[in-house]
Amino acid sequence: MNDGYAETTATIAAETGEQLIAGARVAGDDLWLPAETLPQAVGWTLKPEGLCRDELCVPVPRGREDAFRRGDHVNITAFWRLTERPWARSETGDLWVFGANARERADALLSLDAPDFALPDLDGKPHRLSDYRGRKIYLVTWASW
Amino acid sequence: MWQALHEKLGDQGLTVITVAMDADPEAARPFIEDAEPAHPSLIDRDHVVAGLFNMVNVPQAVWIDEDGRVVRPVETAGMGENFRHGLDRETGAMAPEAVAKNDAIRNTYLAALQDWAENGSSSRHVLDPAQARARVALPDANIEEAHVHFRLAQALLRRGRADEAAAPVERARELHPGSWSIWRQTAAKNPRGLATHPEFFARVDAAPVGGFYAPVDMDGMPE
Repeated sequence: MNDGYAETTATIAAETGEQLIAGARVAGDDLWLPAETLPQAVGWTLKPEGLCRDELCVPVPRGREDAFRRGDHVNITAFWRLTERPWARSETGDLWVFGANARERADALLSLDAPDFALPDLDGKPHRLSDYRGRKIYLVTWASW
Repeated sequence: MWQALHEKLGDQGLTVITVAMDADPEAARPFIEDAEPAHPSLIDRDHVVAGLFNMVNVPQAVWIDEDGRVVRPVETAGMGENFRHGLDRETGAMAPEAVAKNDAIRNTYLAALQDWAENGSSSRHVLDPAQARARVALPDANIEEAHVHFRLAQALLRRGRADEAAAPVERARELHPGSWSIWRQTAAKNPRGLATHPEFFARVDAAPVGGFYAPVDMDGMPE
């Protein structure tokens, strides 16, 4: 089932980092991704209950399934709009960024549990903040500029 | 400086983690190699940490305890705004009085870190949850959207598509005018790699007191 959309490989930047995802379909601002790529691409999983992450599931709006799911493809932009998450795309549709919901981010900060993250050192070795659990952490930013 | 701190306080269970908000690891490399740090020195080319913690400038810091709890939310990491009037913009020299004031701020901050390393949760600089929550700067929808456009711009720049990056850079700046990091990372740099374009100083001059480095609200901190 193709619907006339060309399949392409798109670069997706989200919580899970930057990933190259094959089988993507671009229709204007709508990015359709194969369901099985969603965990890797954006950190969400398609289940019968809807699009899920941890305990939270966002159901596909009834009567509008077509705008969110077609065959094995899911319209990520539509889910992002639905859940008030920001997103952006390059002009050619080869690069997409999917961001966080402000309310969720604010609640996470108010919980005072430090959000985990993974970043590389100069040798490219990844470090997670949670790797250092059990130590007092002084996390400080700087820049060459 | 951070390496010295790490060495001094490491035995008391404190780990310094530095995060370079640099688009290009090679820009950060000379500084890191010069310091020869034993602590994790991470590269954050997309300003992910700034987005997660809602940071707006460097240096800003967070204190996180052994259980992963934030005991001091994002604040200026021991810097003052004395450069605004104490820096000779032609020569780059700082007036001695301004240097002394900056040193006093920095030394107070470092002493507080030492106090935390020694005393842990009973340090007077460790905030209780209510105090900590009151200090958390909360992001809004515009800020979250700004981070998305900034990240797109960074991805485009990495791919040599600077022309395409101009629009998302502008959008990020519009949406998050309070972020010096976004502005400085994307501003024109001088030959030494510093965003000291006259535009930068114009922007600084236009900012209210405390609008560049918010003062650190800490016991014993001089003004």
